[in-house]
Amino acid sequence: MNNFFTSSFLVGLFASTIRMATPLILATLGEAFSERSGILNLGIEGIMIFGALAGFVTTYFTHSLWLGVFAATFSGFLFGLLMAFLVVTLGLNQHVSGLGITIFASGLAYYVYRAIIGSPTIPPTITAFDTLKIPGLWKIPFLGPILFDQYALTYVAVILVIVSGYIFFKTSFGLSLRSVGENPEAADAVGVDVYKMRYIALMVGGALMGMSGAFFTLAQFNMFIFDIVAGRGWVAIALVIFANWIPSRVFWGALLFGGVDALGLRLQGTAINIPFQYFLMMPYILTIIVLIFIARNASYPSALLKPYRRE
Amino acid sequence: MSLISFKLEKRIPPPWWFRMLMPIMAVIISLAISSIFLLALRKNPFTAFYYLFYGGLGTKFAFLEMLVKATPLILTGIAVSIAFLAKYWNIGAEGQLYAGALLATWAGIQNFNLPPVFYVLLVIIAGFVGGGVWSFIPAYLKAKFKVDDVVTTLLMNYIMIYFVSAILTGPWRNPVSMWPESVNIAENARFMQLIPRSRVHIGFLIAVAIVFVVYFIVKKTKLGFEIRTTGANPKAANFLGINTLKSIIIASVLSGGVAGLAGVSEVAGVHYHLIHNLSPGYGYSGIVIAMLGGLNPFGVLFAALYFSVIITGAQMMSRSVGIPPYIADVIQGITLIVMLAMLLLFEYKISIRRGK
Repeated sequence: MNNFFTSSFLVGLFASTIRMATPLILATLGEAFSERSGILNLGIEGIMIFGALAGFVTTYFTHSLWLGVFAATFSGFLFGLLMAFLVVTLGLNQHVSGLGITIFASGLAYYVYRAIIGSPTIPPTITAFDTLKIPGLWKIPFLGPILFDQYALTYVAVILVIVSGYIFFKTSFGLSLRSVGENPEAADAVGVDVYKMRYIALMVGGALMGMSGAFFTLAQFNMFIFDIVAGRGWVAIALVIFANWIPSRVFWGALLFGGVDALGLRLQGTAINIPFQYFLMMPYILTIIVLIFIARNASYPSALLKPYRRE
Repeated sequence: MSLISFKLEKRIPPPWWFRMLMPIMAVIISLAISSIFLLALRKNPFTAFYYLFYGGLGTKFAFLEMLVKATPLILTGIAVSIAFLAKYWNIGAEGQLYAGALLATWAGIQNFNLPPVFYVLLVIIAGFVGGGVWSFIPAYLKAKFKVDDVVTTLLMNYIMIYFVSAILTGPWRNPVSMWPESVNIAENARFMQLIPRSRVHIGFLIAVAIVFVVYFIVKKTKLGFEIRTTGANPKAANFLGINTLKSIIIASVLSGGVAGLAGVSEVAGVHYHLIHNLSPGYGYSGIVIAMLGGLNPFGVLFAALYFSVIITGAQMMSRSVGIPPYIADVIQGITLIVMLAMLLLFEYKISIRRGK
């Protein structure tokens, strides 16, 4: 307990907060893309699990971490395409389609893992990403090791927050994207291809979810284990509401939840005599409490959940 | 942008036999799609499916084991269908199953001085209350604070499963066991064996009875009418003076209670104690079963038996042909999606046109 709130404890805690937030940032951005276009994608959890598998298996055979990231991202892109076919082209119920994709994608991930790797007593590992120290900057006292000694994917996630914010609010593409999520009839009337925008949003969103999954197997851990994503996808569904569908707020929201995760992990190792399961459930409880406070004022995209059929 | 476009026209409801045919077609189509993943492993799908169904139906042992697994599946399928009828997206049957198991175990390990019938009844009521209360929370949050039901019911699964795990490694841990599990529940609290020298227990009969009870409630009572109207057309429901929030809360409690019974049946009928991996995802399978059963209790019964064959047979198929048992989950996901797409045929006439 002596070393509790010392500088090195805080540096470790904050650095790990950002690490734990990374997959949440990517996945929530992915969900924000989908929902901005008017589609709730409950396939997120399964797409992340499959991304984790695709990243691991690719890296396991090619020894290339970036090829793994690419495979995970591409797998997410394909699941986004499948989701788009179901809910945009066929106009099926978004809740059930998404859950179907989650059940299918997670089952497929375990199926592929067992088919390729088998079930050895010691699960195989890969050499995971090492942190990438930004030259010069990482030596800044206190802030350096927190902000500039992170995984490459973390920097990518932060850049994608800025890029997504720019796309949403500063480009004509973003305007079209938001308009199909708010009022598809009006968007169609001014010449926006609603179907095309929703396809793109779901594919980009799926790609981000797949990349998020890769973070678990290629950075945070170095193997694929059962239930590796552990409901982080569902947390992302809540986070996007919390963030009001705004990328910069996705970043802060993910940090809050990453912080709870990181604190829990650290407290487990201390003398505090609370079973570790209580720390594991903290992020989920916190999510629900936060939702209670913000749900009433959440400004959902008006056309969310409504299939669009051109007359 | 699309080369092929679909034109959908509303049509008059097709005859009843078409409604019966739909799930059967969905099952065949989804097995055909699933065989892609068998072919990818260079396995003959016909051989694989032979072992799948043989392993779930072919022998007396397999058949009885299938009935054991069908019991919680019928209950979670019924649970999900009640909630979905009200368009209340209860994805929390998994957590509610554990909540029911938790309270039932609590009642069972108190060793009350009760004769078997009463003790079993007490354990069943405890399980229903456990699942119902756990399901009431997200419904209340939805009614009172407009908190999204999908997110809360999903997240509460994780909270409950961690809680069960904590209590089993802590206060409830059986000191003489190597595993984190509770002590056994009282003899008098256990479900009777239904067929000697098998694991089939009266839980199966209870599940079938629940199918009839829920059919009666849904189709023949005012409450059922209110739940169905709330789901089908909330505006009309309001117009008819139905309190839709109340309907949703009642549907959620019934749904969670029935999911809790699935937990009771696993504890009191199969294991006799609480374990942290009591359910391999029965709550999530319940969603697939509810949809394949067309949210109709008898449809759910058949859908649950079908998936029980798949889940039981997948083990045999895995051992005989070397196909990972997770193919059962793949088939479930595909069936859910295909069934959903089939419903489109039910409501619309589809004409496919090339070009725009």
